[in-house]
Amino acid sequence: MNANALLARVRGQIPLLVTSVLLVSMFTAGSVQYDGFFSGQVLLNLLIDNAFLLVVAVGMTFVVLTGGIDLSVGAVVALSTMVSAWLVEQHGWPPLLVIPLVLLMGTAGGWVMGWVIHTFEIQPFIVTLAGMFLARGLCYTISIESISITDPSYTAMAQTRIPLGDLFISPSVLIALLVVAAAFVVLHYTRFGRNVYALGGSEQSALLMGLPVARTKTTVYAISGFCSALGGVLLTFYMLSGYGLHAVGLELDAIAAVVIGGTLLTGGSGYLLGTLLGVLVLGLIQTIISFQGTLSSWWTRIVIGGLLFVFIVLQRLITARRR
Amino acid sequence: MTTALTTPWARAVTRSRLFWPAVVLAALLLGNLAFTPDFFAIHLKNGHLYGSSIDILHFGAPLILVSLGMTLVIATGGIDLSVGSTVAIAGALACQHISEAADPASLGTVFGAIGIALATAVLLGTANGVLVARVGVQPIIATLILMVAGRGVAQLITDGQIITITSEPYKLIGGGYWLAMPFAILLSGLVALLTALLTRSTALGMLLESVGGNPVASRLVGIRAMRLVGLVYVFSALCAAVAGLMVSSNVSAADGNNAGLWIELDAILAVVIGGTSLNGGRFSIGGTVLGALIIQTLSTTVYTIGIPPETTLVFKAFVVIAVCLIQSPNFRAKVAKRGAGRHSGARPAPATTTTNREVGA
Repeated sequence: MNANALLARVRGQIPLLVTSVLLVSMFTAGSVQYDGFFSGQVLLNLLIDNAFLLVVAVGMTFVVLTGGIDLSVGAVVALSTMVSAWLVEQHGWPPLLVIPLVLLMGTAGGWVMGWVIHTFEIQPFIVTLAGMFLARGLCYTISIESISITDPSYTAMAQTRIPLGDLFISPSVLIALLVVAAAFVVLHYTRFGRNVYALGGSEQSALLMGLPVARTKTTVYAISGFCSALGGVLLTFYMLSGYGLHAVGLELDAIAAVVIGGTLLTGGSGYLLGTLLGVLVLGLIQTIISFQGTLSSWWTRIVIGGLLFVFIVLQRLITARRR
Repeated sequence: MTTALTTPWARAVTRSRLFWPAVVLAALLLGNLAFTPDFFAIHLKNGHLYGSSIDILHFGAPLILVSLGMTLVIATGGIDLSVGSTVAIAGALACQHISEAADPASLGTVFGAIGIALATAVLLGTANGVLVARVGVQPIIATLILMVAGRGVAQLITDGQIITITSEPYKLIGGGYWLAMPFAILLSGLVALLTALLTRSTALGMLLESVGGNPVASRLVGIRAMRLVGLVYVFSALCAAVAGLMVSSNVSAADGNNAGLWIELDAILAVVIGGTSLNGGRFSIGGTVLGALIIQTLSTTVYTIGIPPETTLVFKAFVVIAVCLIQSPNFRAKVAKRGAGRHSGARPAPATTTTNREVGA
């Protein structure tokens, strides 16, 4: 029985192992193939360019772990950039007030979606789809055009480079890594984190065990809303503009990162650090394609689709054998 | 709900699954009349019918097709997110074939293009079907793969460009007229009719509903669920491919990036508005057609009133929320409880409400 338990544990790690091997071999292949690929800065650029995706994917991990899905993240990111740009540029509000307001808005939006999903037992997919329509639509009621941001504190955030020896990172990377660290602690070392896993494993059992199912479910969507809003804030630092067409399809990238990171889409099993690896894999695909130069950008989508396919079938094989 | 309706026929009408979608559609159309007095006017010009209502049918034709496929998928308890990508791929393949042909206007070229697009759709649908039915992946996720990769494939086919073509016979599919009516309307009408006949005059519809309602029970009574579910995804892909031909033919161009963008969401919306349950187990072809028309009318209304078209999304969001709440048994139970007040005898609470009771911290 002990051996079996050990085997089951190892089997649960397979996707994570595959992702790690993939990441290392992709980086090695890139380094062999292209000049200037093998450098610390290329790795750090992965984080700089994908800081907002990382934050959004962390939120998505919580939702997927409960067996749900949040399709509204891309739209909430866009809405956050739009509201930030609108309030800061056209109404002259101070960024220190705007940023907490945007974060609060995202959290509240996520909480409401979670509440609707739980109270009325509607599929998460359709509720967050409505949230996605609403958030994208609200962007356009603010403005159809892109609003660029010239506020000095935003440009400072965009241009600041934090040196690490010869290399550098941006403040957004620090924020994103802080979010990852916080989420890691919450998910793996708190009662709430265990509730999340229990809920994803079996909602019925969680309820019978007396776990606060309703509160956990709404909180998980609120976390995802918060992460999306924070991702939006980071994207404004990166893009220096608010636009309703920002982050189109981001929800798919976030889901892909979570899946490639080894979290089961049926919920109940997965690791937060896997999501970090997943984001890095997605970033590396883009980097390799831009280094290659001759490949067009749409290859990114095809490769991501192919990877998704491999990992989903892999997940399926693992869960099928476990039964 | 209302006590005024006591005559049997009135009750039969209001109880009909098509009643509420039809009321919404009628209300939307009448609302348009207030803004444009000649909304219902139909002119005959050069032997072609013109008018706002014809436009709604014409532009709504691809959506009706995609929604029909989606209805059957949802009836089995699944979902197909890849239809938008299939629309783009089909349009791209057809236009690519026609643009490279020696004689773009010949019937042979056009039929070749249609054949290639439909054959590819069968392939894509089979891929989805195998993933869902045989491998056992959740439908949302299985079709998500093609949704992500499909856009890339479509752009690969068109090489990231917008392929423009000039071919009279191809133009007929989406932009041409036949018997004074736009051909696209006739085509989707025909597909809708065939689907309704095939599912309601044979046992097929009931089999689909039983698979969606309870997969285990239907397997035990001897229904080959696997094959049925696989077929449904192929049908959905085929419908999407025809819609893709229509879209590309109407503008005589294939745009890998924007063709069929978000159409999967509109189609799901149309299906849900039409009274098909997202949990599977029951569907309504007529409801889906009405639902697709409601969405198209909504878009048209937004254009004619002069609201920025992008804000349609806000309206759609509220429609989705409203329809889902109405479909939710929990919501109904809560409203009924509040509406009934204290005077009526306490109805035994539905079993579902016990599941959402929170137990301690």
